Amino acid sequence: MRCLALVATSALLGGCNLIVMDPAGDVAVQQRNLILASTALMLLVIVPVIALAFVFGWRYRASNPDATYDPDWHHSTQLEVVIWTVPLLIIIALGAMTWISTHTLDPYRTLSRLAPRKPVPADVTPLTVEVVALDWKWLFLYPDYGIASVNEMAAPANRPIAFKLTSTSVWNTFYVPALAGMIYAMPGMETKLHAVMNKEGEFRGLSAHYSGSGFSRMNFGFRSLSEQGFDAWVAKAKEAQTPLNREAFLKLEKPSEAEPIRYYGSVEDGLYAAILGMCVAPNLMCASEIHHIDRQGGAGPEGAASRERLDYDNRRLRSGDEPSGATFPASGRPPMGSVQPEGMMPRDQHLSREGVNEPKTEPDQGQGNALPGADRGPAPAQLNNRPSERHQH
Amino acid sequence: MFSNLDLRQLVFGRLSLEAVPYHEPILLWTFVAVAAGGVALLGLVTWYGKWGYLWREWFTSVDHKKIGIMYVVLAIVMLLRGFADAIMMVTQKALSVGASEGYLPPHHYDQVFTAHGTIMIFFMAMPFVTGVMNYVMPLQIGARDVAFPFLNNFSFWMTAGGAVLTMLSLFVGEFSRATWLAYPPLSGAAYSPGVGVDYYIWGLQIAGVGSTLSGINLIATIVKMRAPGMTMMKLPVFCWTTLASNAIIVTIFPVLTVALALLSLDRYVGTHFFTNDYGGNSMMYMNLIWIWGHPEVYVLVLPAFGIYSEVVSTFCSKRLFGYASMVYATAVIALVSWLTWLHHFFTMGAGANVNAFFGITTMIISIPTGAKVFNWLFTMYRGRIRFEVPMLWVMGFIPTFVIGGLTGVLLAVPPADFVLHNSLFLVAHFHNVIIGGVVFGLLAGVNYWFPKAFGFKLDPFWGKVSFWCWLTGFWVVFTPLYVVGLMGVTRRTQHFDDPTLQPWLTVAALGAFIIMAGILAFVVQILVSILRRERLRDVTGDPWGGRTLEWSTSSPPPPYNFAFTPVVHDLDAWWDMKRRGHERPVEGYRPIHMPRNTSTGIVLAGISTVLGFALVWYIWWLAALSFVGLIAVALAHTYNYNRDYFIPVEDVVRFESHRTAQLAARA
Repeated sequence: MRCLALVATSALLGGCNLIVMDPAGDVAVQQRNLILASTALMLLVIVPVIALAFVFGWRYRASNPDATYDPDWHHSTQLEVVIWTVPLLIIIALGAMTWISTHTLDPYRTLSRLAPRKPVPADVTPLTVEVVALDWKWLFLYPDYGIASVNEMAAPANRPIAFKLTSTSVWNTFYVPALAGMIYAMPGMETKLHAVMNKEGEFRGLSAHYSGSGFSRMNFGFRSLSEQGFDAWVAKAKEAQTPLNREAFLKLEKPSEAEPIRYYGSVEDGLYAAILGMCVAPNLMCASEIHHIDRQGGAGPEGAASRERLDYDNRRLRSGDEPSGATFPASGRPPMGSVQPEGMMPRDQHLSREGVNEPKTEPDQGQGNALPGADRGPAPAQLNNRPSERHQH
Repeated sequence: MFSNLDLRQLVFGRLSLEAVPYHEPILLWTFVAVAAGGVALLGLVTWYGKWGYLWREWFTSVDHKKIGIMYVVLAIVMLLRGFADAIMMVTQKALSVGASEGYLPPHHYDQVFTAHGTIMIFFMAMPFVTGVMNYVMPLQIGARDVAFPFLNNFSFWMTAGGAVLTMLSLFVGEFSRATWLAYPPLSGAAYSPGVGVDYYIWGLQIAGVGSTLSGINLIATIVKMRAPGMTMMKLPVFCWTTLASNAIIVTIFPVLTVALALLSLDRYVGTHFFTNDYGGNSMMYMNLIWIWGHPEVYVLVLPAFGIYSEVVSTFCSKRLFGYASMVYATAVIALVSWLTWLHHFFTMGAGANVNAFFGITTMIISIPTGAKVFNWLFTMYRGRIRFEVPMLWVMGFIPTFVIGGLTGVLLAVPPADFVLHNSLFLVAHFHNVIIGGVVFGLLAGVNYWFPKAFGFKLDPFWGKVSFWCWLTGFWVVFTPLYVVGLMGVTRRTQHFDDPTLQPWLTVAALGAFIIMAGILAFVVQILVSILRRERLRDVTGDPWGGRTLEWSTSSPPPPYNFAFTPVVHDLDAWWDMKRRGHERPVEGYRPIHMPRNTSTGIVLAGISTVLGFALVWYIWWLAALSFVGLIAVALAHTYNYNRDYFIPVEDVVRFESHRTAQLAARA
């Protein structure tokens, strides 16, 4: 019944693609079913309430002389029992559904089935994908194949995927609506997601958690392929000559948006662990190292030397790259101006406001976005970070 | 340290002329318009010589009625600002699809949505709700003022100070781009350097002092100052919801203060509470901010529920159905509201047990809320419903709000939330409950209590225009957003690649213009009512056939509210008095002891605002100076013993005889 209504509505909606209601992965399908079931359950009480509001409103309007008027009627134990019990029963049912589904659809839980009545065969191992959210693009590492890709990932249909996710600077959410629910990718931390795609096709993935200037274009393609198709995709990636080593990663990590799809034929050993430990750049100490030192009781006075090697967040300010959420004066741009933040790709000239993409000054190491005469060398600490050092008197 | 001593930096911190966005035509013209309007307003006040009047009768007033009105005026001004942001957002979204970029570049758009959320919650909804509570609650319990009248004035000005600081960011520097709750690490010093987040922090901290103190004040008022005979179970429902709301305020605002204080330590001093390195933990901030943030929703909606209860029983001319169950429902909502915060980040990976627990606690809130809705319905049952403007808002509220409740419970199911979190579906949901629940309630409240505050009703025609525009506008905006959310579209995006979204986003933008018409109609309604005030005049003090004590006194009430403290025998005290043939006493008046006005509140808040500005711009000498000034003024005020006075009996007699004459003339 509810499904029928939905089909009818989607027909009305014409070309629009309600992907959340029509997903391609088993996990997302179960989540969709849960949405429909919960909605139906709640409509049991919502529909009567709305109907009663109109019925009572019409029947007891002041201009209706036929309606009973009983100004002192204000209590009925039976009615009270009913109006508390009905929502209670619905919430008990919904609560039971919630408890069970939250556990069965826990993103950390390894999949037990590929589709309804189709358990995961014993010989199938999940495809491991390590996902790194960068400003503002996605990096996918395939440890089993030694390859990596940017802004496109592929997986064979009907094979479970085990995601490990982290981020390099701020929070993002990894979300492929057709595949499964979303999960945060957070710097220095790892989250997990298990899912499977049941259909072949091209799907869209995105960051669903605002992360700064280039967030709107932080999308990626999700290619669900046949086994052969996936092998071909891996082979294509292998062909890419560029290796993903630490230097290449540090270059990639700089803020940029709408990066073209890119493949890396090989990945330096331990790169993902270093990203997770926030120690890809030379001389940085990994989080795991300092955890180890701390577990040993700390390094004593010599530990002071570690402090500098743990300074991770300030790398943008040190390198002169614009931080994701910078505002005046640290952004080096006039307040609320039309100049693009660093890392933004050029905007369409005809349709946007005049001059949006025109550099306001001579090119500098950013994107020509500095205030006139601004010093865009490595920025000092935030306290002194002012746009126009040269204007000082 | 002294090698790079820079006089300019010492004097102005990081403030410079470039901070004023005179390069930006939009802002320049906004500024010109605001400045011209401001100068015109100031000029008018000067021309009519009203400065002394404003200062003596309003700014320094400790009268809860005047403070309540000032809160509501502040809220309406900030509603216009917050709504301007909303219009910019929806038009940008409608335009920026496919090849087009719209007209707001990302860093400007980011500030617009951050400002919209911050202003609408902290400087529109909060002052509006606080203002209505401030005005109505003491009258409903038969009190002459709140428990701490000076504190009340101080709280208002602190809220206004926070609003001023936030507004200032439009013209001096920039506002935060880190969303209305400023999640670190994005809001930390490393990823959001500059003044934006600092404006946000100090604007909220200053206003937060006001909210906390006013919470304490209103609780003390309800607990200690009820009229004789008014036991807790004879308290009007609006006062119950006020009590619950303020109980939540005093428990959650300290959490917000601490969370923001830790964030500012990270930003100013270089601590690492919420950074990525040195063991900082940004997930902690998420917890803290939502321990404030979720109960905050109930802070706003509970008083609105109270308003609906008052309006329903008045306009149905019938006692509220299930008073006791209403009270317990309010209490349960308040209690459980402290246990639901984690549902704002199910997708953080806390694990199935934790997620399921918080999902179920969230759903539990819908049980008392559902009971409340049924109570309103059964109040209408066998009533005699007059569909005046306040009642229309209730009729718009019930269907709108229950659908918001449905989508809310849906989002409380963790696996469903995994696919809907942060989507435009979520945005549609919370606007559904905040507009449909809180804003509709406040507008019902304004239409309901306006005649009490000013002695004449609001024009019903423009009230109806406003209502219908709001209601249709709301659904035209948010239905497409629900649909687009199911298409997997996320919030806070400045640009959409998918061209099939454009029709939906265009409809949503049109809806926003319908709401704008509703807001304009509301403004017109007020202006028209002022012009036609003689025709809309009410001299009875009880224009709607009211049930609670505020309708027993004149409109507007005298400074002392009640010449004789009423004695309460039943719920709906005024209805009961009318029914028993209550006769208004016309002699035996005595002088009335009242609190005296003081300028300390506005001075302290003014200095706090300067302190905030100095901290935002690193003008350390000014910060130090204003901090010392703050302490000095506060200390000096403790030595002010000239705090009260007696309204002479002649004044009381004059006022009451005038009312006697008015009532007689009518009869």
